[in-house]
Amino acid sequence: MAVMTYREALNLALREELKRDPDVFVIGEEVGLYEGAYKVTQGLLKEFGPKRIVDTPIAESGFTGVGIGAAMVGLRPVVEMMTFNFALLALDQIVNSAAKLNYMSGGQYNVPIVIRGPGGPAHQLAAQHSQSMEVYFYHVPGLKVVRPSTPMDAKGLLKSAIRDDNPVIFIESETLYNVKGEVPEDPDFTIPLGQAIVRREGTDVTVIAYMGMMYRAMEAAEELAKDGISVEIVDPRTLQPLDTQTIIGSVRKTHRAVVVEAGAGFAGMGSEIATEITEEAFDDLDAPVLRVTGAQAPMPYARNLERAKTPTKEKIADAIRRVCYANGGR
Amino acid sequence: MAVTKVVMPKLSEQMESGKVIKWLKKEGDRVQSGDILAEVETDKADVEMEAFGAGVLRKILVPAGSTVPVGSLIGVIAEANDDINSVVGQAGAPAPAAEGGAKAPSDVAAPSGAKPGMADRPLVVPPQPRSEDPAARKPSPSTAPTAPSQTAPRPVETVGSGQRAVVPPSGDGGRVKASPLARKIAAQSGVDLKLIQGSGPGGRIVRRDVEAASTAPAAAAAAAPALRPVTPSVAGPEYEDVALSPMRAAIAKRMPLSKAPVPHFYVTTEVAMDRSWELREDLNGLEGQPKISVNDLIIRACALTLLSHPGVNASFQGDKIRVFHRVHMGIAVALDEGLITPVLRDVHAKPLAQIAVEARDLAERARQRKLRAQELSGATFSISNLGMFDVRDFSAIINPPEGAILAVGSVHKVPVVTDEGLGVGRRMALTISCDHRVMDGAMGAKFLQDVKRLLEEPLRLLV
Repeated sequence: MAVMTYREALNLALREELKRDPDVFVIGEEVGLYEGAYKVTQGLLKEFGPKRIVDTPIAESGFTGVGIGAAMVGLRPVVEMMTFNFALLALDQIVNSAAKLNYMSGGQYNVPIVIRGPGGPAHQLAAQHSQSMEVYFYHVPGLKVVRPSTPMDAKGLLKSAIRDDNPVIFIESETLYNVKGEVPEDPDFTIPLGQAIVRREGTDVTVIAYMGMMYRAMEAAEELAKDGISVEIVDPRTLQPLDTQTIIGSVRKTHRAVVVEAGAGFAGMGSEIATEITEEAFDDLDAPVLRVTGAQAPMPYARNLERAKTPTKEKIADAIRRVCYANGGR
Repeated sequence: MAVTKVVMPKLSEQMESGKVIKWLKKEGDRVQSGDILAEVETDKADVEMEAFGAGVLRKILVPAGSTVPVGSLIGVIAEANDDINSVVGQAGAPAPAAEGGAKAPSDVAAPSGAKPGMADRPLVVPPQPRSEDPAARKPSPSTAPTAPSQTAPRPVETVGSGQRAVVPPSGDGGRVKASPLARKIAAQSGVDLKLIQGSGPGGRIVRRDVEAASTAPAAAAAAAPALRPVTPSVAGPEYEDVALSPMRAAIAKRMPLSKAPVPHFYVTTEVAMDRSWELREDLNGLEGQPKISVNDLIIRACALTLLSHPGVNASFQGDKIRVFHRVHMGIAVALDEGLITPVLRDVHAKPLAQIAVEARDLAERARQRKLRAQELSGATFSISNLGMFDVRDFSAIINPPEGAILAVGSVHKVPVVTDEGLGVGRRMALTISCDHRVMDGAMGAKFLQDVKRLLEEPLRLLV
């Protein structure tokens, strides 16, 4: 194990997969000469050359289409979105081509593409660059959606995504690129898609959270432990396919659940997980499942308003107290 | 800190209102959780109402002698410096009409605010702004939608008589609000949700309430003040917890599926009552002795037999069986409008004459509805006697969490074959209903066999 940043873990995964499989290539805006807007592709152009690391014009729909076409004829493209908000420009390519070609060609084509880049709220990136973009994709049949919270997950899941024979949406986070953690250097290390992980064991309530929200839930759990509330935290890691078994298993143990998501709550991941829990574990629930979500509003630029829109440690702790019927929950 | 609302408890499904007989605490008195605040008359009995929270009894909203609907706010417990105006304000018109006709406080249910035909629908009516409050008159679109949520669904902090009182949190026609988990545990442990007070938001019954209730009867029995001096003949702990064997655990799991929540089975025997009948006539011929009934003989016989058959004097507790070392006998008393089962405590330690006196007293007070709450709970076994109705035999329903109940038919004359030829004998049928999670057929049969032996050799009842 080596300690490295989330950014370095992604870079290592790309490097290992570029070495392992000559069909893998990276394409996107400023991935080559500039070494990536967030330096995830640092050193790759020098090591693998311009045929494997391809700089493109500012044309998301175009280079995503190039990637899909290349995937249809057997290559394994990794398409970088400078931020995932820009994937909106490529939505038709992703939704109508990448997600559906395997089905519509009767299995004659498959599209082994990875589309990756940072998404979700960061720090004062304002309304257009702070969106939790996963909601646009996990709704579409044919797309897998990954949200890795730790450096180890970033490496293990990106490698699985590249090796997957179907399209994978892989959304990182600006706020996590400098997070450090242990990462296996073994080039054969992968984490399968569709496996959640219990980040913290507890007995009183299950909190389901990923990315930055997972870290805030951890802080809330530490605080609540002082009040005798034992919080279990489940990180889904892959949102589609969702590992409901791990989530339901945890809820069957704790009998209460809180789902946290950074984006606006309406028809969000929290709604989906809450419904799964209600359908599968109804008789095990001692309280309604609560959601802690971003407000139904565009992300403001002002720091205080940004904080007001986003789930905070305090809001998460409050919801946990409420499902535990503990004092202090409102 | 915590402001505790004192509300009129609900003691039965039919109970709609209750009368405050007298307050035992006055405004300004400091109270602890569990202190008796007041006596309340209900449709079944007089009940001592315990405080559910600690603090100072700040406000008495309903004077002695007044009748108010179940769930009405009748007092407030809080610390001396707490602001209770909002709580008191929620009570709406705080002066209820004496004897019936009371107006429902707005935080309970407000039929007056409901549309016609919707009176039985769940309703939470936000408190109306008081007209003398100038702030309330200002239209305030931004705060108006949130106002009800700030006041209406506050966690219900209520006062009941400890283990039995139920408060319908929002006057929603008696539907029990319980979490799915609480319902599942209640079904498994035979707890009646209607008898539990919920501690969750809006009075929702949650897991901790059911778990507390499933252990409450024993605790209540131990805590209840003795009505008369009794000398338990068995020293030592009140009960012991026996681990479930794998077979018992399997039976416990399967049986509720066949007859939820308590899987009953029934065993019947016939008792030759000739000698008991003679003994009773002899005893009742003595000067200065209380009259002994056939039922008193049966109570005594069961009490003695239960001591040697502790498995029948037992209660299913979810993951274990609680075996009682003392016998508290529930005696079903028929009333015009139903049935009530007062409890004769430590009956195994009482001679026949004492049983006769106490059973008669309980039955009479049951008919006059003068029983106290603690005389209605904590039974470990019950007897239901329909002999006076010329009933041959019948089966009774177990009263959870008890494990068994004995149904007694009438003593009737039948032709019997004797050594001399054909004669006339007195016979009586006994049917025991047993909780299969606690015991099996052979246990019930052996118990009946020994009851039968005592009644057929009744001098044993006197020694």
